Amino acid sequence: MNSPIELQPDETFILNVGPQHPATHGVLRVKMEMNGEYIVNAETVIGYIHRMHEKMGEVKTYPQFLMNLSRMDYLGALGYSHGHVLLVEKASGIEVPERAEYIRAIMVELNRVSSHLFWFGAFVMDLGGFSPLMYALQDREHILDMLEGVTGSRLTYCYFRFGGVYNDVDDEFISAARRFIPRMRKSLKKYHKLVTGNIIFRKRLEGIAPLTPEMCRKYGASSAVARGSGINFDVRKNEPYSVYPEFDFDVPVFHECDSLARYNVRMEEMEQSLRIIEQGLDKLPDGPFMPEKKPKLIKPPAGDYYQAVETARGSFGIRLVSEGDKTPYRLKLRSPTYSNMHLFDEACRGMMIMDALAFMGSLDLVIPEIDR
Amino acid sequence: MSLTLLNVIIAVVIAIGFAALNAAYLVWAERRGAARIQRRPGPNINGPWGLLQPPLDGIKLMAKQLTIPGGADKVLFIAAPVLAMFPAIMSFVTIPFSDTIVAKNMNVGILMIFAFASMGGMSLVFAGWSSRNKYAMMSSVRAVSQAVAYEIPMLITTITVVMIAGSMDLMEIVHQQSGSILHWNIFPLLGNSHNILMPMSFLIFFTCTLAETNRAPFDLGEAESELVAGFHTEYGSMGFGLFFMGEYANIVIGSCMTTILFLGGWNAPLPFLSFIPGVFWFLLKLYILIATFIWIRWTFPRTTIYGLLNLSWKILIPLSLFNLLLTAGLIKVF
Repeated sequence: MNSPIELQPDETFILNVGPQHPATHGVLRVKMEMNGEYIVNAETVIGYIHRMHEKMGEVKTYPQFLMNLSRMDYLGALGYSHGHVLLVEKASGIEVPERAEYIRAIMVELNRVSSHLFWFGAFVMDLGGFSPLMYALQDREHILDMLEGVTGSRLTYCYFRFGGVYNDVDDEFISAARRFIPRMRKSLKKYHKLVTGNIIFRKRLEGIAPLTPEMCRKYGASSAVARGSGINFDVRKNEPYSVYPEFDFDVPVFHECDSLARYNVRMEEMEQSLRIIEQGLDKLPDGPFMPEKKPKLIKPPAGDYYQAVETARGSFGIRLVSEGDKTPYRLKLRSPTYSNMHLFDEACRGMMIMDALAFMGSLDLVIPEIDR
Repeated sequence: MSLTLLNVIIAVVIAIGFAALNAAYLVWAERRGAARIQRRPGPNINGPWGLLQPPLDGIKLMAKQLTIPGGADKVLFIAAPVLAMFPAIMSFVTIPFSDTIVAKNMNVGILMIFAFASMGGMSLVFAGWSSRNKYAMMSSVRAVSQAVAYEIPMLITTITVVMIAGSMDLMEIVHQQSGSILHWNIFPLLGNSHNILMPMSFLIFFTCTLAETNRAPFDLGEAESELVAGFHTEYGSMGFGLFFMGEYANIVIGSCMTTILFLGGWNAPLPFLSFIPGVFWFLLKLYILIATFIWIRWTFPRTTIYGLLNLSWKILIPLSLFNLLLTAGLIKVF
C-alpha cells in the first residue's frame, strides 16, 4: 500500500502537525511536506517544553536534583530516578542495603507496567479505538494507588534517596501488590482478546513502518523500538545493575520490524515486569532501607561517571563529571525517546499520514522527556 | 382539502420533531452507552440519568460565538452545517413508522431518501473546502472518495430489494415482508426472493450505512487522531452542533432504511405478536440497530483510507452485483 510514489516538486504542501495536535501526545511539532495524503518529507521540531534540567543539574546540589528526574518522564518517572541515585552512589561510594535495592526494583517495575499500560491505551486511541484507554487507565489506577501509599505521590515521585529509599514498604503494599499481579495477568489476556486479535488493528500495524536493525543502530534506538527490530538489547541484561541479575526474566525480541512487533514487545514486557515483581516480593529481605552511615554532604570525588538503566522508554544514560564540589560540573542526560523519535523523520517518508501517526504511536514518545 | 393539507403539515412537523429529538437524545444515548462500555458513569448530573444534558448542551452551543476563520468562504461555511442537518430531517417525511403513521407516503420514497443522502456528502465537501484549513480539506477529499465508494454497493443492494418487492414504495416493500420473521428480506426462505444470500446483502447494506454516516470504524472524515476534527475543525458554536446532530439524524435514517428494507419494517417477528402496535416493533428494531452502531463505534479502531476503499471496490461492489444477478435469476425461475 505504501509504495513510494513519483513526486513532482510543485505538487506538495506543508502540513504543520502540532505543537498541539491530538496524535503527538504533548507538544511535539512535525513539519510534514505532503503530497495529498503521502508524506514526502517530515521534520520533527522539538524544544517546546524545554526546562533546562541539565543546567539545573549543574547548579543544584545532588539531593536537590533528585526531584528533577521524575519531571522528565511523567509516566515512568522512577526509572530515571533510579539511574540518578545509582550513579551518585557509585560516584561517592555509598553502600545500599539489600532491602532498599529490592524495593527499588519492585517500584521501578510497577512503574514500568503503569507506563506501558498508559502507552497501550494511548496507542489504541491513536488508531481510533477509545475504550481500551479506559480499561488501561483503570488498571493503572491500582498501580498509582499502591505507589501513592508508599511514595506519597502519584506521578512525579521523589522516592529514591542516595543509599536507599525514603519510606519502607508496609504489609499493605505487599499484599496489594500480590493481589495486583493475577489481576493484571487477567487484564492482559483481556487486552489480547479485545485488541491484539482485532482484524482492523492488525491490518493497520502489520508490515507498516518497517525499521531495519541498521537504522535502529544508526539512531541509537532502544527499548521496544530496537527489540521489535530484532536487536536483543536490554540494559537490565546486557549491563546489569542493582539486583536485576538475581531475577529470572526474559527480554522479548521480535524480528518482524513493523509496528505490530513493537506493540508485541511492550505487551510481553508487561508480563516480564510482573514476573520480576513477583520474584522481588518473594525474595524481599528484612533489614534497613537506608544505610547506617551515610555522608552528610554528598561530594563525589573528581572524575567522570556513567550509569545506564532500562527505563520504560529505553536505555537512559546519565553521565556525571564531578570536580569534587557540592554540585556537578556537568550532568548529561541521555534520554531514550530523543533517539527513538528521530527515527521518525527518515522512516515516515512515503507513508500515508494515518500510517505515519500510527507509527509515531508505536514509538511511545513522551515529549517532556525529549526536551528535558 | 384544507383539512388534508393541515394533516400533512402536522405530520411533517411531527416527523421533523422526531428527527430532531432523536438527534439530540442519541448524543445522550451514545455517551451513556460509551460510558457503560468503558465502565464509567457518563453524563448523570443534569436531571435524572443526565437526561437534561442534550438541551443544556444545545443552550451552551447556541450561546457561543460563531467564529468564521479569516479567508474562509463565508456563504459556503455557513451553508455547510445546514446542509448536513436538512436532508437528514427531510428524509423522515417519507419514512413509514407503521401502516398508518407516515407523514407523506410516496411511490418513489427510496429514490427521495437516497437523493437526500447524497446531499449529506456535499455538506462535508462544502465545510472542508470553505474552512481554508488543510486538515479540513484533506478530510473533505476523503469524504468524497468514501461517499462515492459506498453509495454504489448501497444502491445496488437496494435495487436487489426493490426488485424483490417490485416497487419503490416503502409501504409496499414492508407489506411484502408481512407474515413472520421468515418472510423478512433478511431471511428469504418464505419470502419472494428465495435467495439464501440475502443476509450477506443485509451486511453489505449495514456496512455501507456505517460508512455513509461517517461512523467508526469508517469515520475517516473526522479521524481525530490524524485530522484533528476533520471537516468540522474550524466550526464552533451551533455550526458544530448542527454537524453533530446531523450525524445522528443520518444514523436514524440509515437504521430506518435497514429496518424497512431487510427487517420487515413494522411487522411483528411472529404472527401471534401482531396485536402489539406496529410502531413498537419498528422502534424496537430501529433502536437495536442504533445500539449496534454505538457498540461498534466504541469497540473497533479506525480503518485506513485505502483499507476502506479496497473493501468497497474489491469486495462489497462485486459481491452486491453478484447478489443482484442471482436474485434476478431466482425471481425469473420461481
